[in-house]
Amino acid sequence: MVVTKKVVLRFPKRLVERPIIYRLVKDYDLEFNILKASITPEQEGLLVLELKGDQKEYDKGINFLVKGGVKIESLSQDVTRNEERCTSCGACITICPAGAFELEPETRLVIFNNEKCIACGLCIPACPPRAMEVHF
Amino acid sequence: MAKTIEEINRKIKEGKAVVFTAEEIIDVARKKGVKKAAQEVDVVTTGTFGIMCSSAAYFNIGHTTPKMKLGGGRTYLNDVPAYTGVAAVDLILGANALPDDDPRNRIHPGEFNYGGGHVIEELVAGKDIRMEATAYGTDCYPRRKLESWINIRDINQATLFNIRNAYQNYNVAVNLSDKTIYTYMGVLKPKLGNANYSSAGQLSPLFNDPYYKTIGIGTRIFLGGGIGYVAWQGTQHNPHVERTEKGIPKGGSGTLATIGDMKQMSPRWLVGTSVLGYGCSLTVGIGVPIPILSEEILEYTTVTDADIPAPVVDYSDAYPQAKPDVLGHVSYAELKSGKIKLKGKDVPTASLSSYPRAVEIAGILKDWIKSGRFSLTEPVELLPGVNSDITVRNFKERPIEY
Ligand code: SF4
Ligand code: SF4
Repeated sequence: MVVTKKVVLRFPKRLVERPIIYRLVKDYDLEFNILKASITPEQEGLLVLELKGDQKEYDKGINFLVKGGVKIESLSQDVTRNEERCTSCGACITICPAGAFELEPETRLVIFNNEKCIACGLCIPACPPRAMEVHF
Repeated sequence: MAKTIEEINRKIKEGKAVVFTAEEIIDVARKKGVKKAAQEVDVVTTGTFGIMCSSAAYFNIGHTTPKMKLGGGRTYLNDVPAYTGVAAVDLILGANALPDDDPRNRIHPGEFNYGGGHVIEELVAGKDIRMEATAYGTDCYPRRKLESWINIRDINQATLFNIRNAYQNYNVAVNLSDKTIYTYMGVLKPKLGNANYSSAGQLSPLFNDPYYKTIGIGTRIFLGGGIGYVAWQGTQHNPHVERTEKGIPKGGSGTLATIGDMKQMSPRWLVGTSVLGYGCSLTVGIGVPIPILSEEILEYTTVTDADIPAPVVDYSDAYPQAKPDVLGHVSYAELKSGKIKLKGKDVPTASLSSYPRAVEIAGILKDWIKSGRFSLTEPVELLPGVNSDITVRNFKERPIEY
């Protein structure tokens, strides 16, 4: 299964000069998109990436980064729903791989559980009134 | 004892009309019995809120100085092309229209972030819209170019005119192939990964009057948050679909053409919509009142989700190839349970039309009627029914030979 995920990578000083992203591409066949990159005055690197690739390879790639000393955070806190625009249609329910959307049986309102969200981004273009938003 | 619309309107005027939504009436009839309920209840209100692609709006923007004939030229509203083939300052904008430079499906699936439906939503929201027009110029209409902001409050007419809305029943879409497909019924995951449906079921207008015994040309309705009318039968209106014992068609059948003044409407009930890999559209809120003229009509309004079967169709092959194959029928009660069984597999379901919003519409219409703000109309002519000779065909292709 192909996954697309957004992750924040924090590199310690010693890793800043190393070709880590190159390894992700070469060894794990992941595509990447740099969403944000910076080096702090303490020489710590920060990189916000969108990674796309096979789920298994993705997991291996992340593992490689963690072993190498890179700190990783997912961007899940940053997927939000614009409640004004959500019509509770339900199109997102079967799209979300994390089960973050839930149907309230009585009212049939669609509830968004932000804690379950893994920020895969699939619901964003799939939501017809475009109520789901990503923030960086 | 049969009632007339005139009698019901008298009660509405006196603030004495007894009104229930199509959801509430189910229990009312269960408790009181159909006979008693039919005597006591005057109106049942219905509602639906779904993506309705055959929606459009027309405008008269007023004459410019010097005058300009938009007809035959090109006009864009927020970069979305409007149809100008109608006189000098009239325009028609379709919900599916896309900016010329939208990438469409060049990178599949296209996102379709902004189109005609979004312009309609922004107009009713009272936002300024950027208009750019070019024309060829005539002696009586010399102007050739116009770039201006327009706003719904300044233009003469802004009329929503939807040529096919409120489909009576619809397909449940699934995907039998082994890759994800992007359809107007949403994203369909491979190998029966999900099943999408789009109907308010027991609340939906035409399920509550399955034989069109009260709804017709001139029926006053809730449309997009304002008051509208049924203008005509909708396109593809087909009364001759196989029906259940209770008269419920087992697939797409009746449709409505609706019309109303956009100046009364609100963006809560007309929502610009983007369908991944498919295009832009408009989500429309419609509510139709059903006058309880007889026991028979009351009985129709007591329809429940369990009584309504919907056909399951494969959108990877049967639908695009126009094959009549149906994988089976499931009821809206089953669909709303969250999963259905197909080919021995539990398939998760999702709706594309919003049931909570449909409930809200039926409730608003009920309040309007109870407060005397909304009275019923006698249709000039009912929609073509099962005895009409209407037929709906696929395109008859006759290749042109050179
Ligand atoms: S698809 Fe969008 S509008 Fe529909 S329920 Fe989900 S978040 Fe709300
Ligand atoms: S981004 Fe959307 S689809 Fe992905 S996990 Fe979060 S809520 Fe679910």
